Amino acid sequence: MRKFLEGSHAVAEAVKLSRVGVISAYPITPQTHIVERLAEFVANGELNAQFINVESEHSAASVVLGAEATGVRAFTATSSQGLILMSEVLFNIAGLRLPLVLVCANRALSSPINIWNDHQDAVALRDSGWIQLYAENNQEVHDFIYQAYKLAENPEIMLPVMVNMDGYILTHGMEPVDIPSQEEVDKFLPPYTPPYKLDVENPLSMGLLGDPTVYLETRYAIQKTLEDVLKLIPKIGEEFKSIFGRKGITLLEKYKIDDAEDVIVAMGSVCGTVKDFIDKKRKEGLSLGLLKIVTYRPFPKKEIFNLLKDKKNVFVLEKAISLGSDGPLYTEIKSLFENSLPKICGFIAGLGGRDITFNTLEEMLTIGRKEMVSSYFLDVNHTLLRDKFFV
Amino acid sequence: MFGPLVAKPGSSKDNKTGSWRMLKKPRFLHENCVGCGMCKLICPEACIDKKDKNFYEPDYSYCKGCGLCSYICPKKDIVMVKEEE
Repeated sequence: MRKFLEGSHAVAEAVKLSRVGVISAYPITPQTHIVERLAEFVANGELNAQFINVESEHSAASVVLGAEATGVRAFTATSSQGLILMSEVLFNIAGLRLPLVLVCANRALSSPINIWNDHQDAVALRDSGWIQLYAENNQEVHDFIYQAYKLAENPEIMLPVMVNMDGYILTHGMEPVDIPSQEEVDKFLPPYTPPYKLDVENPLSMGLLGDPTVYLETRYAIQKTLEDVLKLIPKIGEEFKSIFGRKGITLLEKYKIDDAEDVIVAMGSVCGTVKDFIDKKRKEGLSLGLLKIVTYRPFPKKEIFNLLKDKKNVFVLEKAISLGSDGPLYTEIKSLFENSLPKICGFIAGLGGRDITFNTLEEMLTIGRKEMVSSYFLDVNHTLLRDKFFV
Repeated sequence: MFGPLVAKPGSSKDNKTGSWRMLKKPRFLHENCVGCGMCKLICPEACIDKKDKNFYEPDYSYCKGCGLCSYICPKKDIVMVKEEE
């Protein structure tokens, strides 16, 4: 059924149809309408869930962490300062491998106080272990919710997903949105069956001390799982398309890129403007295309490299900056095109207090002389790792 | 892929916190003990046990050497000594 909705309400409809059990959130502009509408759904009985009011975003994130730990599908939404206040808990949610879905209504960070859109809030959390998707329009953000739960709750993934939508431009912008039936959603998104949960009948401990002998492996496991996410996202997108008839999630979206000499790279709602701009410039005889980054974490390096390697000019347009360095997206894309000497390899070591010894450095030299690596983990104890959850 | 994330109850027993002890350890003199049990109650590792009447002993596998038992003992019957003594 097509409805004329603002992006916030399109999200609330999708969360309702995803049959979440616990919602906790703290209001912040421009996210407020999402949770206001969800609170209405719970109050009028349309959604059988607990809506837990809290005193801050840190508490909201803690509540949904707890809900997910007990095996319940949970949801929260926030923005800007709220996301940053949540950040301590967000790293924990990824570390605990809990499949939460969070919508971030992207907004600038203080100071000065600014309630309008950019991507600095979410981009600042890019190293947290969360999967990050960026929506271009209201239909996309609606559809991303179902697919985000499907992706996060895959028993071999078990990582949280942050669905990003541009504050105001999408949250408050009205567009026709195709809302599927509950039957269709149920067919795509079965009830959540956690591989493990907090349960008094079968007690276990979560969030334990991970000393220098095990911490590094937990990070390595997330890094490897995010590589699996790159393979799973197109499959989930295909399955979504087969049920709903619309395009599903992808790593990237190409717009008139194949024959283009020059390419603009961007994320989020600005891609709509860029597409119209490309149409205009093509009429003027310019060979221009767009590469839209849908999945920013994990970063689809190979795919981006293959699409950009034969282009003449690449323009990376981003709404965030790593102050004192460059735009994060620019830095990452630029790092894919390092052909000339010296060869630069990247190594990860010493996480969580693991000693970096001469042996570590020897391994680095051996690997670095032989291969081209960008995030090679040194000193990994593979006996600590499994394909599935284990106790 | 998953690293070690969860544990069954009781796993703290595997964590021999006695290895954290530095410089000093408590010595129970067993001379003036009146059996008040304050050492057992205050021990943050709960590693002091009553073995007999007026006779308490710490489990050095878990004792971190914090010295609280020595501090609280009303009879000064527990003293902190160098690890090698």
